[in-house]
Amino acid sequence: MGIRYFVNINMNTFYFIAFLSIFFSILVITAKNPVHSILYLVLTFFTFTVHYILLNAQFLAVVNFIVYMGAILVLFLYTLMLINLNKDSEPVKSNMVKIAAVLGGGCLLVVLVGCLKQVGVADPVVLKDPGLGLVQNLGKVLFNEFLLPFEISSLLLLSAMVGAVLLATKDPKPKSV
Amino acid sequence: MELADIIVKFILVVIIFAISLVIAMYSTYAERKIAAFFQDRIGPNRAGPWGILQPLCDGAKMFLKEEIIPTNASAFLFIAGPSLAILTACLGSAVIPWGQDIQIGSRVIVLQVADINVGILYIFGVVSLGVYGVMIGGWASNNKYSLLGAIRAASQNISYEISMGLSIIALLMLTGTLSLRELAAQQHSWHWNVLRQPLGFLLFIVCAFAETNRTPFDLPECETELVGGYHTEYSSMKLGFYLFAEYINMFVSSAVMATLYWGGYNYPGMDWVALHTGPTVGPLIGVAILFAKIFLFIFFFMWVRWTIPRFRYDQLMDLGWKVLIPLAIANIVLTGLISNYL
Repeated sequence: MGIRYFVNINMNTFYFIAFLSIFFSILVITAKNPVHSILYLVLTFFTFTVHYILLNAQFLAVVNFIVYMGAILVLFLYTLMLINLNKDSEPVKSNMVKIAAVLGGGCLLVVLVGCLKQVGVADPVVLKDPGLGLVQNLGKVLFNEFLLPFEISSLLLLSAMVGAVLLATKDPKPKSV
Repeated sequence: MELADIIVKFILVVIIFAISLVIAMYSTYAERKIAAFFQDRIGPNRAGPWGILQPLCDGAKMFLKEEIIPTNASAFLFIAGPSLAILTACLGSAVIPWGQDIQIGSRVIVLQVADINVGILYIFGVVSLGVYGVMIGGWASNNKYSLLGAIRAASQNISYEISMGLSIIALLMLTGTLSLRELAAQQHSWHWNVLRQPLGFLLFIVCAFAETNRTPFDLPECETELVGGYHTEYSSMKLGFYLFAEYINMFVSSAVMATLYWGGYNYPGMDWVALHTGPTVGPLIGVAILFAKIFLFIFFFMWVRWTIPRFRYDQLMDLGWKVLIPLAIANIVLTGLISNYL
């Protein structure tokens, strides 16, 4: 009875949090003010953190919390605050672009509907083994089976960082002081 | 979980919340007294004996002052800013182990609200959220000085979070756990982590100063350049919340430093004391020791504030990126070498 009770609580929480995720992500794209839109995105990412906790993936949850909410979105907000966000400076889009956007969006909708037709009720792997999302187990998998992809992705991030620095330095010549 | 357990947890939460508020309140008094001592003045001495009621008077003043929301400010976010600041400041204390398990009668009480297995990362996450209060408030004020303060706060916090995280990684390599409860238990008696990680602790405390926006890192509210920084437009209790959040942050980060590096509730000779005082009083002495350490750190925060002048902005960035991060990486490499080959 106990387990069933918890599963029910989890299901109800899941539906509530899923509703919030979708609600906030809709607000992200409908908000007129870009800063408001970023703040809704923060809330959306927070609901994702709760999803991870419901799936027993504590490490992933807290990393999502730190990296996305605590760092990436702060930088987003930082950049947006520096940009002049007046209505006049917004570029006017031509009709061709609008038609292309509608076509693209429509194609995406068709693909999504096509995919969603085949879905069944999810059978999450993580919940069967409550310890799967813990740091120890994640580390063991990451540093044994998936060591090569893990290290290669770190190199990828490093090269992206170097590239960004290279793009940011306009003048390669050292200044004469 | 039984009902009795839930009630005990609830009482614990209320006590910790009350303690952090009272400590934050009296930190303002202590700060003024300490500043007065450093500057050869008397400090507040009118309200009650030795001015001991001064924080209550300040609180009443904050509540009764006129509340102003600027016409062009975004009202909701203007109120959300200070609320978020004080919320994130209070969240951190949830995972700190305040003492060993206390036995009262037949009941064993755990002096920690939540023992989550990613405790250190939780604190790190809460710290990284702290900047939203300042940023949202600064942007919503619709004032260029506030905006500059908010932008400074964001870049400062992001920069110092990196070296803070790197200094914690070196600590984790030695302890092998992310749970604060286990981490405190490992430092039994005199095996404090600061003895094994002196450089890591130095990096951590510098970053803690930067994350709490205390002098010499109080660039976001730099009065000489930015009027009042991110809280230029704030008045009454909303300003009070920002100032209060700083003191709660100071308390929580002192508790975190004491737990991570200075042994938490452990002290040399604790086994002897526990043997002679029994399972109820013994852990309580540990709690008192932890609070003594916390008060020492709070005093250190104030000592530094009234001794060292503020950094210039480029010095702040140089220190963060060119000194602390390389040192933190060197600390990780050194820790790895020593723990593998010695």
